[in-house]
Formats: sequence, C-alpha cells, structure tokens
Amino acid sequence: MAFNTETMVINMGPQHPSTHGVLQLILELDGEIVQKATPHIGFLHRGTEKLSEYRTYHQIIPLTDRLDYLAPMSNNLGYVLAVEKLLGITDKIPERAKVIRVLMNELTRLKSHLVWMACHALDIGAMTVFLYCFREREDITDIYEKVSGARMTSNYFRVGGLSADLPEGLEQDIRAFAESMPGHIETYEGLLTGNRIWQKRTIGVGHISAEAAIDIGITGPALRASGVDWDLRRDNPYSGYEDYDFEVPVFEEGDTFARYKARLDEMRQASLIILQALDKLKPGPILADCPKVVLPPKQDVVESIEGLIHHFKIISEGFSPEPGEVYQGVEAPKGELGFYLVSDGSPKPLRMKVRPPSFVNLQGLPQMVEGKLLADVVAVIGTLDIVLGEIDR
Amino acid sequence: MSDQAIVEKLKAKFSSAVLDVVEHRGETTVTVEKERIVEVCTFMRDDCGYNFLCDLCGVDYLGKLTPRFMVVYNLYNITTKQRIRIKIPVAEEDANVDTVSTVWGTANWHERECWDLMGISFNGHPDLRRILMPADWEGHPLRKDYPLQGPDREPYQGRLS
Repeated sequence: MAFNTETMVINMGPQHPSTHGVLQLILELDGEIVQKATPHIGFLHRGTEKLSEYRTYHQIIPLTDRLDYLAPMSNNLGYVLAVEKLLGITDKIPERAKVIRVLMNELTRLKSHLVWMACHALDIGAMTVFLYCFREREDITDIYEKVSGARMTSNYFRVGGLSADLPEGLEQDIRAFAESMPGHIETYEGLLTGNRIWQKRTIGVGHISAEAAIDIGITGPALRASGVDWDLRRDNPYSGYEDYDFEVPVFEEGDTFARYKARLDEMRQASLIILQALDKLKPGPILADCPKVVLPPKQDVVESIEGLIHHFKIISEGFSPEPGEVYQGVEAPKGELGFYLVSDGSPKPLRMKVRPPSFVNLQGLPQMVEGKLLADVVAVIGTLDIVLGEIDR
Repeated sequence: MSDQAIVEKLKAKFSSAVLDVVEHRGETTVTVEKERIVEVCTFMRDDCGYNFLCDLCGVDYLGKLTPRFMVVYNLYNITTKQRIRIKIPVAEEDANVDTVSTVWGTANWHERECWDLMGISFNGHPDLRRILMPADWEGHPLRKDYPLQGPDREPYQGRLS
C-alpha cells in the first residue's frame, strides 16, 4: 500500500517566544525535516532612515539607540564616528573621550553577549544560565544608568565627544565588575560547555562554511567561528583601538558550538579591554575643540556668551558638513555595523543608510537550517544573535 | 594595492565605463555605467580581491542630480582590509539595474530592500519581493517625493527640528 506523503507548511512567529522578537518564519516540513525556510521581516519597521533625512545630525543619535536596542552604545559609536568622518574631525577627538567610548563599547559588547547567551541557552532548554547572565547584565545596565541616565536607550555619545563625563567613583565600580567577569564566564562555561545535552544540541548544528558565510555576508563572531580572521577593531581600527592589546578568537568548525565559544572568548577579551581602558583613563576634556560643529562644554554655555551662541546654533540649526559621502563600519557585538552618510551641504543628511549586521546574518538562516531538524531552527535563530530592531529599522 | 592602483586597474579594463572617480575623507568612490555593473563587480571580486559586499543601497537625488538615483555598492577586501565604493547612476524612467546577487549572495536581501524602499528594480533577481513594507504597500517610502507622514495624510504641523 502506497502512503500518501506531502510536506506541511507551518508558521513560526511573529509571536513565538524563541524568534527573539517579531520574526516570522514560514517552514515547509517533511516530517521533522525542514525543506524550506522563508524569513519574513519588517514587522518592526519604524522608518529610521526616512526619519533621519528630516533631522539634524545630532537629532539622529537617539534614533540609533533604537536599532540594536541590546547594544545601544555600539550604534551611537558607529553613527558619531561616521558623522565625525564626514566633518573631517576624526583626529580632533580628545583622548579621554576616545577611551570612554572604547570602555562603554566593550561593556556594551558584554551586555549584548550576555543577553545572547541567556536567551540562546533558554531556547535550547538550559534555563539556569538565563538568570546568571541577567544578573551580570543588570550590573552593566546600572553602569549605563549612571553614565547616561538611561538603562537601555543611552544616547550618550555626541558628535565630537560625549554628552557628559563619567560620574565620580564609577571607575572603581567598572573595574570591580570587569575583574569579576572572567569568574562569571567560568560559571557559564561550567554550566554549558561540558554539558552533554548542550553539546548534542550545538555541535554540528547550523554549520556554514567560510566561503558560504562570506558570500551571504555574515560578519562578526558568526564569521570568525567559520574560520575567517577578521575583526574591524583590529583591522580597520577606530576610536583608538589600535592602542589596545587583545586577541581575536577564531574557530574553524563553523557550527553553533564554535559560535558559542567564539562569543565566550570575545567576552573574556572585552573584560580585558575594559581594564586596559580604565588604566588609560586620564583627566582631560571630553569634547573636541571645534566650536562650529561640536557642542560646547556645559560650563561654557552657562558662563560665556560665545558658548551660549554656539550651543544655540548647533541645537536649533545644526551644522552643515560639506557635500560628500562616507561609510563607517564598526565591530558591533553582532557583526559589522555600518553607517553610510551622504551630505548635500545642508544640516540634514541627504541619505543615511544603516548596514545592520543582524539583517545580513539572518539571510544566512535558510541555508543553515534547510535539510535539518525543526528543533535546530530554534538553535540557529539563537546562535545568529539577531535583534529585530536593527533588522527592520 | 592602493586605491589609486585599483582605480587604474579598473580604468584599464573598463576605460569608457568609468564615469567619475572621487576621493573624499580618504574614501574612494568610483562611478561606473549602469550597464556594466555586473562585469565591474565580477572583476572587483575576482581580480581585485574585493570579496565582500558590505552594503548596497539606493540614494535619491531628486532635484539635485540627473539622473535621479544612484545605486551604491560598498565593497570590502577581507585580505587587504580595504574598502572601495562603486556607484551607478540610474534614471527615474528606467529604474532597473542588473542584479549582482549572482556575484555576492548577500545582495539578494539588499536589493529587495532597495526595491521596496527606493523603487529600483533588479533584473534577474531570484526573488524580488518587498521585504520591510507589507506586500500590498503602494509607493516606495524612501523616495524624496514620498511624504514623511505617509500618503493621504495631513502634513505634520509640529516642529521636526
């Protein structure tokens, strides 16, 4: 007797707990094997790029927080670096501002990776890790609150420097946190790396080769786990990263377990960079001395008429970079975050294009899950570390 | 190889197709003819080592430039860690470009986004559907003549900046 076999189409998301936001996947299944996976995105589209064309360069900074809301300061950094390049003031940024930027950026990397690990482990069924990771993330969120006043949408960096200096005594807190981090990472590793269930769910799952990963545009730890040694912090340094001593973890296997190890090692390196940045932190100005484009220090606004005028002009009218275009890529926790800015000589950008790492990494999902088990789809979504805020913009 | 040398190499191969070379803030932008884009991209990938397409997007220069659109390709060379930018001018009445998704798989979604938001279509694209906007949406929101608040609505009266 012949059996009647047919594939089944099921819908996963956009309200599914393991799709990490409003991602919808249309899965065509043959039994438990995924024949075809089609991602549908755009449910969180807020038109960031369109809005940017109607705002001055400074007003766009808070919009960038809301792209990858798990790593807001990385977005701030990428954007202000692009504007500084457009203005040609990259080499005028004071040392203290650059060091604090690196410091906050690496804390952001830890923050983002902690959420990734928490949710990834939770999706696969290791629930304990979630609580440990969020405990440490809470410390970073507290640091965020102290420096910027906000726990998530920081809006901390400014074109030419920072909105405020670090509050007094915070350096010790950050140092204590960074010194405790390797111990915490040991704890997570103890819960996962040697765990047989974890290994069964990750080793060999969602494999992608280096050639395929480059072709599809995957960047960041996901690419380095496929054996491509490329990190923008080291290879195209920005904000003084060339002065820091750190390693770029590279793994050859290209599977979910390798991506897990790559991110774990990245967290270790991030805490080392934080300690180095704290050592480099010397008193000094936090804003570049370019009064026509950079906001004056708050004290000047209160005390001098020039400061007040410059502040008023930059806030009300903005500044006009000369016509031209720049692309600035930074190594965000999820991969290469790029900002492409086109200026037509007016105070608002003619075009701001974001190159979100998650958008491009998600494109690799179908080829990582097709022909594999349905349960592995959840593992692959977790390992890609996507944030719908920046995919949909 | 310096950007200069790459541009010379590109000019030697596609002499008439290279329309303009601009250097701004240390970044090189090469404008080439729309018809040759797939050839140029293949050449950049295979002979110049630009094996990674970082980004692809459209820019609307309505009222500032003729032809109206530019499609921009930001390339990266993972071996030498260099960037270069290729641009092609695209006219409004003939807003279609040959797809480069055959050269870099990553172009697939970028081109869908460019079609969705900018209304530039890509010939030979394997799956040219809207990606961010709903499938039945009308118009292309990132065009300069598309109102910020959306179609058929009163313009926003408050302050934008």
